Amino acid sequence: MINQSWFSRGLLAGLFVAAFGATGGITYAAEGSTPDSTPSAAKAFAPPAEASMPTDEFGKSIKLGEQIFNHTPEFAGKYVGNPLNCASCHMDAGRKPNSSPLWAAYLLYPAYRSKNGHVNSFAERMQGCFRYSMNGKAPPLGDPVLVALETYAFWLAKGAPVGEKLPGQGYPKLPPPALQADYTRGSQVYAQHCALCHAADGQGQSSGGKAVFPPLWGAHSFNWGAGMGEIQNAAGFIKANMPLGLGNTLTDQQAWDVATFMDSQERPQDPRFTGSVEATRAKYHDSPNSMYGEKINGRVLGAP
Amino acid sequence: MSDVATNVSSRCVLAMGVVVAVVLGLASTARADDMMVGKTIATQGTAKGVAACISCHGAQGEGNAAAGFPRLAGVNAAYLSEQLSAFANGERKSTIMQPFAKLLSSNGRSAVALYFSSLPPPAGIKAGDNTAINPSDTGAWIATRGRWDQGLPACAQCHGPGGIGVGSAFPPLAGQPAAYIESQLHGWKKGARPPGPMALMPVVVSKLSDTDILAVAAYYAGNVGSSNNAAAAGSKQ
Repeated sequence: MINQSWFSRGLLAGLFVAAFGATGGITYAAEGSTPDSTPSAAKAFAPPAEASMPTDEFGKSIKLGEQIFNHTPEFAGKYVGNPLNCASCHMDAGRKPNSSPLWAAYLLYPAYRSKNGHVNSFAERMQGCFRYSMNGKAPPLGDPVLVALETYAFWLAKGAPVGEKLPGQGYPKLPPPALQADYTRGSQVYAQHCALCHAADGQGQSSGGKAVFPPLWGAHSFNWGAGMGEIQNAAGFIKANMPLGLGNTLTDQQAWDVATFMDSQERPQDPRFTGSVEATRAKYHDSPNSMYGEKINGRVLGAP
Repeated sequence: MSDVATNVSSRCVLAMGVVVAVVLGLASTARADDMMVGKTIATQGTAKGVAACISCHGAQGEGNAAAGFPRLAGVNAAYLSEQLSAFANGERKSTIMQPFAKLLSSNGRSAVALYFSSLPPPAGIKAGDNTAINPSDTGAWIATRGRWDQGLPACAQCHGPGGIGVGSAFPPLAGQPAAYIESQLHGWKKGARPPGPMALMPVVVSKLSDTDILAVAAYYAGNVGSSNNAAAAGSKQ
C-alpha cells in the first residue's frame, strides 16, 4: 500500500529526531508506569492556583482568555474554522506539563522561528495557532481575543523565569523508534486505543453541538500547517497525554506508529500553499516528519 | 431506439425505487415491531416474570431519584442493551437487575433498550456547563475541569457538555439520580461493575475520594429542570 520511500522515510525520521530532537532534557515516566504519574516537571513549576485569579479588570481579561482557551469556537468563533479548542492539544486549560503548557510557552517569546524566518512576539505565535491548528484566520494584533489569551498566559507564568525552557515545556521529544514508524501498525494502535473516542474514521464525536472528541483528520481538523501535523510533535503529545486519563501507557513505538498513521491522512490545505504540492513541500514541509506531498494509499497528501 | 432506451432506463429506476422502498419499509417495520415489543416489556413486563421496567424506572423512564433507580429515557440504545447483557451474564452485579435481565431474550433486551432510548430525556437538561465555576465547588470542578495534577480528566471530557452523554460508550450523567451515580462509582471501586471500554472508569474512580463522589454526583443530578433529582441532590449535601 505504501511505496518504498515510506520505509526510508521512517528511518530518516528516526535519524532526524536523534540529531535534532532530543534537546529538551524532558523526563517522563517509563513505559507502562502508572498513568499520568509523569512529571517531575509538575513539581518544577506550578502555575498559580485557579482560586488566586484576580477579580479586578485585569482578572476579567485573564478569565476571558481562559474561556477562549477552553471553549474556542464559542468565545473566538470568527477566527476559527474547525470545532477544536486550544485545550484540545494543551490539556488542563493550558496547565498540564508535557502538553505544551501556556506557562512555559509564554516565557519563550519573542523568539526567532524558522517557520516564518523572523522574530515572533507571543501574540504572533498565537496568530499561527488560529491560522493553522484552528484552520481559521489570525486575529489582528491587538485584537481582544489575542490580548485576553496573552493575559491568561502571562498570569499562568507568574513567577517563572523569563527566557528559560522549563521542564514540561512543549511535548516530550521521544527517542527515535526502535522499529521504523509504520502506518499499518499505527492503524492497529488506532483501532485499539483511539477509535473508541475519535471514531474509526478519525472524525471524532460531538454532543450537544460541541466536539467532545476532536476530529483528528479530514475537513474539520487542523490543517497542514499545524504543528500537530508533524509526526514528532504528535508522537510526543500522544505518548504523554493519550488515551485521555491513561497518558504514558502506550509504548514509544506505539506513539510513533499511531502518530504516523494520524499524520498520513487528508486534512485541510496548508494556507501557505504555493499552487503546487511539490513546491509547498519543498518550502514548508521538507522534513521526514511531514507526510505532506507524499503518496499514501495511492493518493498524494495535500493534492487539491 | 432512444425511446426504448429511455423506457428501459426509467423502468429500471422505477424498479430500483420499489426495491429501495420495500427494503426501507421492512427495516422500519422491523424497528416498529421491536419498539412495540420493547414498549410491552417496559410497561407490562413479561409472562416469564420480568417486572414492568417502568414500575421502578418511572412511567417515562425518567428514573427515581429517591430510590436511586437510573433514568433510561433518551439513553443510547446500544449502551442500554450492553448493560442488560452484562447483568444477564453476571459481569455487572445487581440483585434487582440480574434476574430480570436473565429472563429476557437477547432480542427482548435490545427491544426494551430501543424503546427507552426513543423516549425524550427529562426536560431541562442543559447541553453545557457554566463556564465560570468556582474552584471551591468540588463537584462542578471535577465535572468540568478534572484534577489533572493527579491525572484525573474532567467528566465532561468524555461524557459531553453538561454530562449529556456521547455516543454508545459514554452514557449521560445529567439528570441521573445522585444516589445512582454514587453507587456506580463505588461499584467500580468494588468491582461490581465491569471495567468497561478500555477500562477507563476504574482508573478514574481510583482518583476520587468518597467526598469527591458525593460532590460530582450532586452536580450531575442537578443538571435537570426543577425535578426531584435536584432537590434530592441538594438534600444530600
